[in-house]
Amino acid sequence: MTPTESAERALRRGGVLMAVGLALVAGVYVRALAFTPEEATQGLAQKIFYIHAPSAWVALYLAYGIVGIFSVLYLFLRDPRLDLLASSSAEVGTVFATVVLVTGPIWGKTVWGAWWTWDARLTSTLFLYFIYLAYLVLRSAVEEPGRRARYSAVLGILGALLVPFIHMTVYLFRTLHPMPVVLQPGRPRVPGSMLVTILYSFLAFTVFYVGLLARRYAWARLAAARAQGEAEGGADATR
Amino acid sequence: MRSVLGQAWAIAAKDLLLEFRSRTAFLSALVFTALVLAIFNFARDPTAVSATDLAPSVLWITFSFAGVLGLNRAFSLEKENRTIDGLLLSPASRTALYVGKTLANLVFVGAVEAVGLPLFALFFNVPLLDVLGPLLLVIALATVGFVAVGTLMSSMAVNTRFGEMMLLVLVLPFLVTPVSTAAEMTAKLFAHRPFAEWAPWLKLLGAYDITFVVLCTLVFEFTLEE
Amino acid sequence: MASPGPSAAPVLEVAGLAKRFGHVRALGGVTFTLGAGESLAVFGPNGAGKTTLLRVLAGLLRPDAGTVRIGGVLLARGEASHRGRVGLISHHSLLYDGLTAAENLAFYARLYGLREPRAAAARALADVGLAARADDRAGTFSRGMVQRLAIARALLHDPDVMLLDEPFSGLDQRAAAALRSVLGRLRAERRTMVLVTHNLDEGLELATHVAIQVAGRFVSLGPRDGDLAAYRARYAEATAGDA
Repeated sequence: MTPTESAERALRRGGVLMAVGLALVAGVYVRALAFTPEEATQGLAQKIFYIHAPSAWVALYLAYGIVGIFSVLYLFLRDPRLDLLASSSAEVGTVFATVVLVTGPIWGKTVWGAWWTWDARLTSTLFLYFIYLAYLVLRSAVEEPGRRARYSAVLGILGALLVPFIHMTVYLFRTLHPMPVVLQPGRPRVPGSMLVTILYSFLAFTVFYVGLLARRYAWARLAAARAQGEAEGGADATR
Repeated sequence: MRSVLGQAWAIAAKDLLLEFRSRTAFLSALVFTALVLAIFNFARDPTAVSATDLAPSVLWITFSFAGVLGLNRAFSLEKENRTIDGLLLSPASRTALYVGKTLANLVFVGAVEAVGLPLFALFFNVPLLDVLGPLLLVIALATVGFVAVGTLMSSMAVNTRFGEMMLLVLVLPFLVTPVSTAAEMTAKLFAHRPFAEWAPWLKLLGAYDITFVVLCTLVFEFTLEE
Repeated sequence: MASPGPSAAPVLEVAGLAKRFGHVRALGGVTFTLGAGESLAVFGPNGAGKTTLLRVLAGLLRPDAGTVRIGGVLLARGEASHRGRVGLISHHSLLYDGLTAAENLAFYARLYGLREPRAAAARALADVGLAARADDRAGTFSRGMVQRLAIARALLHDPDVMLLDEPFSGLDQRAAAALRSVLGRLRAERRTMVLVTHNLDEGLELATHVAIQVAGRFVSLGPRDGDLAAYRARYAEATAGDA
């Protein structure tokens, strides 16, 4: 099987996984809206939490963790597919981070009247968002694939190690720095059915992430295989 | 080990000699610093916001941006005549190159800060002298933190399409911890708070410095062509 | 295939060098051997991969495949000691315009770990006839003088192998003649050299062996056995298919 064919097959498989993930996420909506009790103080708006929190988990830990791990692997093994995987994870992670940064203010405004509350999760995601953007901009600014992969890997590793420091900085600010008195969005009290919904939503979003990652990665491999085929076909023609 | 430091020192000395002769980057950074400080002063309403409330943030925004301005020179000066190849051809280790460049950058940024700090005290009427010791420690630690990462990033940024802008984009996320912890500690120092109140910030900054100086030294060689 | 003389151990052994940049194959299996005092001139059109070859030999680029040995020692990634055994002269001077000639050389002497860097710099300057301009900034030098200073820089650490990348480009008659005489002296000193250029007029008479490189490969390699005209014909033939 040529690289192009194998990439096309991976694309189809990735599509299936993505569809499954999407279905699960839709399931989350259904369950959250119809089968989970409303939270006492916040009402209907609290249900955004079932989108907001798992997106944050994916963006902050899962996606960037994958970027970090595969960046290290790339620098040791130099397999370009590792670089494609890392960059795919970064793109997908950026999407999830965007979801966090959109749902957070909506939730905040609806329940507490303030668009932005410097809560730990939202603030950390904001700073992580800048790392993601830096990663994507860097990739777009380097033409040569080998160098692009190397530079991305360096930034991926540094960024992955930055995440805990950002968490700690935000944590220190929240505990030691005087903050305006605003009700902070925290973990809602969790009676049984809510807990199930939360866990289910984390699972659904994880599967969705994996599906998106698989699809994006397969697409990247396909693009690379096609470009290589053209280059080699072109070179052969002139020889 | 000694030869690594010797090579690093030779590289740093060469950089500083070149900068001393041309002076353009240093003077630009100085002018920038003075201008930013002056603008901040004019932009605030002194009856509404006291100087000591605003001062720490102003100081650190000024220092970090002036610092990033200076970071670009480290590797852009090696583009002329491809002197970077001369460095890479020599037996000088990649670590020596990184350490040398970082040292030169530290001296450069330190010099800008040395002029900026008194200017800051002057414009904002902040009593520095009684907390000068701890303040210098905070400035030193924060500067090491962002120069270490910035030097690594500039090695990459210089080879990209966007150059200086790229450096800013790459470095900004890494400024969060050093700059905000430094600003927080500066505020506590100006308010004469006891050490116990700002110790946790100091520990975080120290941990950041150690982590990233080591990490940047290790990954630097991957930013060089091979 | 170029091979060293009867009793000479090979100084430079290159086997199967390959290098890709993305989808572009810059080197596709280059192999040759040179002994002491032998010099290889590599001719080829732009884009043939000549500079890539030199950069791999200099240790600036890591090849995807193949080996380079200097004096029998394998060039391994990160081997600092090997880097002390090659010198590179390219069309970039690798010198700092803002430093004086003496400061430039003293700096490189320090990097190469020479004892008494300033004395070594002074000697090297005298060797290329630039002692009088030792304290002038390199940025004030003419192109020919810059080239001479670059040669001094390249010879500072007495390398086993000299690599020259289009050294004559941008030089006027006088400077080119000066360069030729320096290269002749290097040859007389039995230094091993590899020179790459797209211009057949340069360096052919100094070479003991000649190669023609097209699209990353040596399409011709052997001892110099013809004059300029003969090689022009061969070159034209070899590069005919290359638009």
